[in-house]
Parts: sequence; C-alpha cells; structure tokens
Amino acid sequence: MTTTSAESTGAPTPERSRRLQLSEVSWPELASTIGLVVMAIVFAVLNPGYLSEGNVSAMLQASAILIVLTIGQTFVIATGGIDLSVASTMTLGAVVLGEFYAAGWNLWAAALAGFVAAAVVGVVNGLLISKGGITDFIVTLGTLSAASGLALIVADGQKNTIVEPVLIRMSVDGIWVFSWSVLIALALAVVAHVVLFHSRFGLHVLAIGGSEESSRAVGIRTWKVKTGVYLISGALAGVGALLLIARVGASEPAANTSFLLNSVAAVVLGGVSLFGGRATIVGPVVGALLLTALVNGLTRVGLSEFYQPLTVGIVVVLAAFITRYQK
Amino acid sequence: MTNQTPAPVGGSGSAAVTDMLTVRGIKKTFGRVNALREASMSLPRGQVTAIVGDNGAGKSTLVKCIVGVHAPDEGEVLLDGERVHFTNPQQARDAGIETVFQDLALVEDLTVAENLFLGREPTRGAGPLRLLNRRRMRSEALDMVSALAINVPRVNARVRRLSGGQRQAVSLARAAGFSSKLIVLDEPTAALGVQETARVEELILDLKQRGVTILLISHNFEQVLRLSDQVQVMRAGRTVAQRRTSATDGQELVGLVTGAIIDPATAEAEVADAHEEETLA
Repeated sequence: MTTTSAESTGAPTPERSRRLQLSEVSWPELASTIGLVVMAIVFAVLNPGYLSEGNVSAMLQASAILIVLTIGQTFVIATGGIDLSVASTMTLGAVVLGEFYAAGWNLWAAALAGFVAAAVVGVVNGLLISKGGITDFIVTLGTLSAASGLALIVADGQKNTIVEPVLIRMSVDGIWVFSWSVLIALALAVVAHVVLFHSRFGLHVLAIGGSEESSRAVGIRTWKVKTGVYLISGALAGVGALLLIARVGASEPAANTSFLLNSVAAVVLGGVSLFGGRATIVGPVVGALLLTALVNGLTRVGLSEFYQPLTVGIVVVLAAFITRYQK
Repeated sequence: MTNQTPAPVGGSGSAAVTDMLTVRGIKKTFGRVNALREASMSLPRGQVTAIVGDNGAGKSTLVKCIVGVHAPDEGEVLLDGERVHFTNPQQARDAGIETVFQDLALVEDLTVAENLFLGREPTRGAGPLRLLNRRRMRSEALDMVSALAINVPRVNARVRRLSGGQRQAVSLARAAGFSSKLIVLDEPTAALGVQETARVEELILDLKQRGVTILLISHNFEQVLRLSDQVQVMRAGRTVAQRRTSATDGQELVGLVTGAIIDPATAEAEVADAHEEETLA
C-alpha cells in the first residue's frame, strides 16, 4: 500500500503493460507447447518421416476424438470437478447411433439420437453432483460403469457396421493436412475458448473453480453452472461418438478406457489446475496433440506398443510435477 | 455529529423516512438456543452505525437476519421505509443491501475487474450470443476503484497478487459500486495490519462522505469511536442500548457490553432474562 497513485489507479503505459503481461506468463500453460515442439524435433531427428505431410495429417486425424473429449473435460476440471464417464458416454452415444442406424434411420437422425443420449448422461452427472450433493468422483465413476453397461445392453454385445461415404470423407477429405474431423474438433475448440473467456457462463465456471462459496455469495447459481459443464462434457462425448464411428467404421460397445485417461492427461499437460479456477482451452488441446504425437512417434521409432502406456504415464506425472513445482 | 438526525438524502417516495433501516422486535432461536431474544434498532440514513457486543451477544445473528442469511422467527425489517422479507442473500443484494464479509468473498484466481462484476457482468450482443463486455468491465472497474481513491493495482491483476488491505478495498469498492442503500461491514479490518487498517478506515469514511448508510460490526472499540455516528450495544441476545458516538466513550461502552452498566430502558427485560436463565438452570 505504499505504491504511488499513478502506479495504482492510472492506466498503465503500453511498455508497463507489456512487461507485466510477460511476467504473468504461466509456464505450466506453455509447457505442453514447448514439450510438443521439443518432442517433434527429437522424433524428426530419429525418424525423418515423422514430420512428413502424410504423418502429420495422420497424427492430427488420430487426435480429433481426444481433442473433443478433452475440451469437455477441461470445462469440468475448471470448476474443480472431474468427469470419469466421458469415454463410456461416448461409447453409449456411438452404440445408440449404431442401433438407430441399423433400424433404418437416416445417418444424421441416428447421430442426433446418439448425441442426445450422451448429453442426457452429462445432465444426469451434473444434477447428481450439483443437486444431489454427491462427490463428482463417485457420481462419474458410477456413470462410467452404468453407461458402458447400457451400451452393452443396447447393442446386445454386438457391433453394427456403418458404411457411409460422408463418414469416410470426414476422415479422408479436408483442407491440407486437416481432415474434416480435425477441423470439426478445432472449430469446437475455438467456440469453447470464446465460451470460457468471453461469456458470463465461462467466467462463472472459473469463479466456481476458484471459490464455490464466494461465487454463491455473489449470487451465482452454482448448481446451474455445474450441471452445465457436465452437460457440455456429455454433449461433446456425443460429438466424439460420431467421430469415433467415422474412424472405426462401426459402432461397438468397447470400453475405450484410454480415451478417459488421455482426456484427463491432456488437461493436466495443458497446465490446467485440477483444483479448478484456472484453465485454458489451447493448453489441453495442445496436450491432446502431444499425447497423440508421442504415441505415434514411439511407434515410428519401433518401440513396442507395450511401452506406450508406460511412457504416457511418465509424461503425465512429469507434467503434473512441473505444475506443482511452479506453485 | 450532533444528536439530530439529518434530513433524508435523495427522494425515495416518502420524505418522512429518515432511517435507512429499521428492525423491530426481531427474534431468532436455533433449537433451544435463544440467539436473539429481542432486537430493535434504527440506522439513520447516511450515517455509520456500529454494533458492539461480546461474543455470543447476537451481533452476527442480527446481521444475518438483516442480510437474508437467516429468516427471523418474529419481528420486522424495514428498508427505506418499506417492509422487506428476504429469504436469501441475493434478494437482500437486489434490494440494495451489500455485505462485506470478514473472510473476503473474492475469487483469488480472477482479476480485480472480474471480481468487481462477478454475478452482474455487463454483456453485449443478444440472445445466446451475448458476450462479456470486458472493455466496459475494465473501464468501469477503473472508475469504481479510483472513485474510492485507494491504492488498488491494475484492474487486470489477479486478486491472488493483492495484499489483505487491497483485497478489502476491492470488496468495499464492489459493495459501494452498485448504488447500494446499505453496506454491512462484518469485522472489515479483523485480518489486517495496522497500516492497512488505517487505509480501510479511510475508505469507510470516504463511503460515508458519499452518503452511503453503513452498518459496522467491530470488536475494536477505538475503531468504533473513530468511525461511527451511533453505537448500538448488544448483550445476551438483546439490543440493550443506543448511544450517539459523540455522547459516549470507551468506558461507558465497555460497561454496557459487559453489563456493568444497565441502561434503564432495558433493565426490566434483562431482569426477566436473568430470571428465565435461573429457572432453566
């Protein structure tokens, strides 16, 4: 409180604001970008084909689903919650889509049905947590199991092959190295960024993650916002379901566990605090790209696929460690 | 600071209403605990009224009944001459009662501007495409903090980086910034150092200069004497005495708080309380 009034209340000069902005750069939020660049260089040296147009396109294509799920997970984690059910919700969405498609529905109508099913799981998660007062971890662990179970029941354990030219084009066509699936994922990321940083909802998401009590004290209806983030996560899992079917060519009641772990891992890599309150969309999206590029690189340098989960695990814990060290 | 009540500031319908807030016969029990036996008081418009009393005297319960955290069992609350009945703090806030809590209800990871507008952010655009008007938030935030002439850092700084006094200043600016009728300050300097306390006290007097009615809860008698125009003493769940600050001193207040001095106006009720305690025991 000894600062001069010019420094405290006056508009900062351009130089000062630039300097302050630089000092406020958050290293955990940059770690994933730096990691991605360093890793790309290392793999490119070890394997010249790694950064070829074809492989970059393949890596982007492989990361589309993870990016979409990661965006939803970011909203949830920004409020201080967690959604363990994202991958099973996506599976359920895919299976519902497959069943309606097999019953003769138009692809887009079936996709809408799958999307709604996934969104409903999200709303159930949100209401149980915000209104039911049950811990997020337990609720989404429950729906993780319930959604996969429902997927098995609905599909009767069978898979439905879905051959539609438009789905194939989603993975094959596109602009330069970006397939339509990737472009959808990136477009959703842009929308998510705007929502998080330029809407009242986004500000309330971060406020609740920072202090739920204070948020309630200023009149934010926290249960609505919390239900909202789980709805977003569920709805994006529904989008992921369509991308998954475009990629696999069939709907099957598989567990897809790696998508759950990787979505949380990407958020952590993106420098988002697991306690909530601070988040970006860019960070987790880069985190998702990094995880996909890491697995691709390991495969290309000939490392047995058995080593991949181990490596991913080490990278994630390392990223969490950097975040902690920063504090 | 005379005993006269000042003329009402601004027209709000009936010019006869000189008290911003009046509470009459408020009672509140929690199970078998008589938290508030009977509280009545008036807050003159544009003045600082301090509530003093020992721990458990019922200060917080009374304040919580005023700001909508608790619903009183009996009695009435009049704000600006109109009877009000709040069932949650948001309603009180909408009616113009702002509360600054001692645990500083700010979100540390948000910026000063975001905290100032949290819950009532200005937006631009229409329908589902409404976006935050960050430019307006920043410029109005700057006005809000500079109007208070306080050393608040940039409105873009995160609250985490502020000192305790600066945070309290932000809380006060937030309370003062939305044309509030009454600001309730619950131990506003309890967590602050000497210098910061002095700064916050300046702010409170500054708010008063601007015509805001203030209800101050403080344990610090010197502070109460420095800041208030009127003191309301509470003891054992009752409002037992009211004094003009200019007509009292620390010694009398201590006496009234501890019960060494009994105000004739409430003596009867207090004897009845004591009797009731004995019968219960």
